[in-house]
Amino acid sequence: MSLFPAPSPSGVSVRPVNDEFHGDLLEISMGPHHPSTHGVFRMQVTLDGETIVKLKPVFGYLHRNHEKLGENTTYLASMPYTDRLDYLNSMTNNWAYAIAVEKLAGQPVPERAEYLRIILAELTRLLNHTCLAGFLLQDSGAMGTPLMYAFREREKILELFEALSGSRMMCNFQRFGGCRVDASPAWLAAAQGVVDAYGSFLDEFEALLTGNEILMARTQGTGVLTPQLAINASVTGPLLRATGVDYDIRKVDAYGLYSRFNFRVPLGAHGDTYDRYMIRILEMRESIKILQQALRELPAGPVMDPKAKLRGFRPKAGEAYGRIEGPKGEIGFYLISDGSPNPYRYRVRPPSFVNLTILEDMCLGQTIADAVIILGSVDIVLGEVDR
Amino acid sequence: MSDVPSAHPDSASGSAAPALVSDQEREELRRQGILLTKMEDLYNWGRSNSVWPLNFGLACCAIEMIAASMARFDISRFGSEVYRPSPRQADLLIVSGTVTKKMAPQVIRLWNQMPEPKYCIAMGACAISGGPFKQGYNVLKGIDRFIPVDIYIPGCPPRPEALLNGLIALQEKIRGQHLTGPNAPRHLRADDRCEYPVPEFGAHDLEPPANPEVFQPPTIVRTEK
Repeated sequence: MSLFPAPSPSGVSVRPVNDEFHGDLLEISMGPHHPSTHGVFRMQVTLDGETIVKLKPVFGYLHRNHEKLGENTTYLASMPYTDRLDYLNSMTNNWAYAIAVEKLAGQPVPERAEYLRIILAELTRLLNHTCLAGFLLQDSGAMGTPLMYAFREREKILELFEALSGSRMMCNFQRFGGCRVDASPAWLAAAQGVVDAYGSFLDEFEALLTGNEILMARTQGTGVLTPQLAINASVTGPLLRATGVDYDIRKVDAYGLYSRFNFRVPLGAHGDTYDRYMIRILEMRESIKILQQALRELPAGPVMDPKAKLRGFRPKAGEAYGRIEGPKGEIGFYLISDGSPNPYRYRVRPPSFVNLTILEDMCLGQTIADAVIILGSVDIVLGEVDR
Repeated sequence: MSDVPSAHPDSASGSAAPALVSDQEREELRRQGILLTKMEDLYNWGRSNSVWPLNFGLACCAIEMIAASMARFDISRFGSEVYRPSPRQADLLIVSGTVTKKMAPQVIRLWNQMPEPKYCIAMGACAISGGPFKQGYNVLKGIDRFIPVDIYIPGCPPRPEALLNGLIALQEKIRGQHLTGPNAPRHLRADDRCEYPVPEFGAHDLEPPANPEVFQPPTIVRTEK
């Protein structure tokens, strides 16, 4: 056993576990009950002093049989279950599932519904990234205050969701061929108010935090992810773009009507935790631009295709994969139909589960306290990781 | 003067003897700056207004639990904003979300680690009965199969107001408890068992699948028409 081991895939030199020359290594178990594991996630960490030499994630504490239930219920009955995948972002989960089924059935969507979907998805992105920034700063030691600000803004967006869909978190709003209900002029005016005020909230939030010296010292150079590793591990979303790879499904696929919108894709340069925080802040500013355009150009018309069939829905035999750029990355649904009312196979491509696979590579050589903020910057939701 | 303990309507422990001090006399004494109360009322008043929950989130409901502690709903108005990460310092276990069969032993272990007097709130449909995931092979059909639940809050997820309502109901329950007799808190009763058996993660199901001391399945009686 060499004293100078080969560097790990992420380029960090870490000596092997159980090296007789050095002192004892300490194995600790973080979670499933731990205040900063964002749910019931567990990490088996091996420490040399304070430095992480091995990290093994343990999943499955929230495995709720989502995919098996999806095969035993009808297509429409799976829609409320998708809300509970990533329970912060029910609107984007609904949309990804609706796209998959619409591909399967060849179902067109009216223009107004596409605009409404974009409005709701971008509001969801604002909500998710705001909450993420709050939780990340909570993890890095800013107890309470940033999270209070984040949840204050979250409540404003949740009010909009509740007014439209009847539920704060579990919206169950999209249907195959459109949206469930139309947005009233009063709702659109309220949404415009929230969107107009969001920029000043971000200014306030950034004035408090972005240039903060403690935050910079804590996050810059922490948990560096290389673009090569990110691509090889099929990491998507803000985590990938923070490494400098220009890949956004809104641009690549141009699903929905995103090709009509002018927005930029912010990219990071270092791939560290600070970049991942900044990417989210910049993406929120782009989302505000998209929302302003969408609310300005929202066309009149129906929100549901008149030929869409909800009851007795049986798509012809075949398979389809529908994906969108969710706030956490590529969320996709893969469906195989055998012509019956239930899907033959129902598979979710969860962004935060795939993004979590490179956690060990980011954490090696860092201290145990940094593992907490690296995990926070990956942005996991256990409902989606374990499904 | 709602923050000062007053005589609870049913705090006379069932004794038919007339009260030694009437309410008018008690009020007159209070006006003179003398607080006359019972040990029991003082004890319950203190306990009910400082229920510290365990900082323990399971699933979707945990987000609404966090929202309840944030600025708009502000659970600290009811004395419960001190979320403790350690079960040794917590009074209240809010089971906020789906308990899977892999997670159930840890939840019960946490409950065993909490010191008495302790209370449990089952928040949301999943914690009560398995909720929308009840058909799943890996979901526990209600945490009340293993530990005693004081308050059930329905909803999927319940709104933060519902959690606050559940907390107020729990506070009323605490204020109604006596130091002696059958309505005493669990730790003051002689027949109390502090440890609840932790199930094993077996080959097909949890072993045992329920704790018969806590949970009896309801008997379904079919009536002929």
